[in-house]
Amino acid sequence: MNIKHHLDEASLVSYAAGSISQSMALVAACHISMCPKCQKRVSESESIGGILLESLNESEIAEDALEQVMACLDNEPETGIVAAQMNQKSSVDLGVPQPLQDYISGSLENIPWKRIVPGVYYHDLPLKSERGGVSKLLKIAPGKSMLPHTHDGNELTLVLKGSFSDEVGRFTAGDIADLDSEIEHQPLVDSDEDCICLIATDAPLKFSTLFGRIVQPMTGF
Amino acid sequence: MDNVVVMNQQFSSSDWSDMLHQLSVEKDKTLYVQLFRYFAPRVKSYITRLGLVESAAEELTQETMLSVWRKAHMYNRSKAAASTWIFTLARNHSIDWMRKQKYPVYSIDEWNEEPEESETQAHSGEQLVTADRMEKAIKKLPESQAQVIYMSFFEGRSHSDISERIGIPLGSVKSRIRLASEKLKMIWRDGA
Repeated sequence: MNIKHHLDEASLVSYAAGSISQSMALVAACHISMCPKCQKRVSESESIGGILLESLNESEIAEDALEQVMACLDNEPETGIVAAQMNQKSSVDLGVPQPLQDYISGSLENIPWKRIVPGVYYHDLPLKSERGGVSKLLKIAPGKSMLPHTHDGNELTLVLKGSFSDEVGRFTAGDIADLDSEIEHQPLVDSDEDCICLIATDAPLKFSTLFGRIVQPMTGF
Repeated sequence: MDNVVVMNQQFSSSDWSDMLHQLSVEKDKTLYVQLFRYFAPRVKSYITRLGLVESAAEELTQETMLSVWRKAHMYNRSKAAASTWIFTLARNHSIDWMRKQKYPVYSIDEWNEEPEESETQAHSGEQLVTADRMEKAIKKLPESQAQVIYMSFFEGRSHSDISERIGIPLGSVKSRIRLASEKLKMIWRDGA
């Protein structure tokens, strides 16, 4: 996989810190799973967390904390390794990044799509967002485009299949578009297969056309 | 008890990683107790800073430490220091509890092969130096950049949340985080 577009450093740090919203964390985690470069970057960011953890003063813990935990250890079966490995194998076969598998069953083909306009479909994911952000899968047919829009907050778009182009560049499977409110864009599907993307925002999108503003309440964008 | 405290102070970040690595090979309770005594009080401080009440912080600390034991076999010394790995466990447990939904975590796929043993050793040595340098580097960050790093890691605040809290535009929050992070990461790249 030849990934050209990566997570922005600021998003990566927030993902590592655990301060990014659930819906954005899902997109970030999927991209990182597909991208060795970002795996390295995120582990560097996580070690900022590790060093901060070590630098903290010690809190008092319950007197019997160790005793209680030790009591649990005695009842532990030796499990984990085999299950985890089997799980990973299937993720590669399905072409669905591992973190997304918690939210869809099986492959991308089985998703119960809903239509917004001809050639543009979406599927809502049940991830939580505090500020009215969204978490969706989008499927866009060749030659179609997403409605032009800007954002109040951040938007992450990860290509799972196919490709699109916008004002920023061309995005193929594994590429992530990490955008903020300064950019208005209109992604256009530029190959002869459907483009399937995982998207998340941390605030509602702002559509720049009247049509977009009309369909927005119906589709929940 | 006094002995334990004195002993703990003599261990470096890298020693803790060695111990956790040992634990990943062989589930040894003596090792686990040492790791518990060092990390549990710090994990609790971290969780408390995220804004959780005492009873929840205590419970989550115990859960985090229990998962250190349960998941020890998944620890890979060449990928993360013990403190980093335990940080991510504490982070995930706290988020799962606060948001009532599992934090999406990435998986490392097949192209990341296990490194050779010799490579592991070399990396570990590097990590020790890096941890000390990192700590100094964090202290040297300009106040405005350290602030956004602390707000992200210790208070769990999103970019928009930080932007509202300190009254600067979203774009400025992101550029402060970027600058801070790039300075800290320079240490890996040039050992500056």
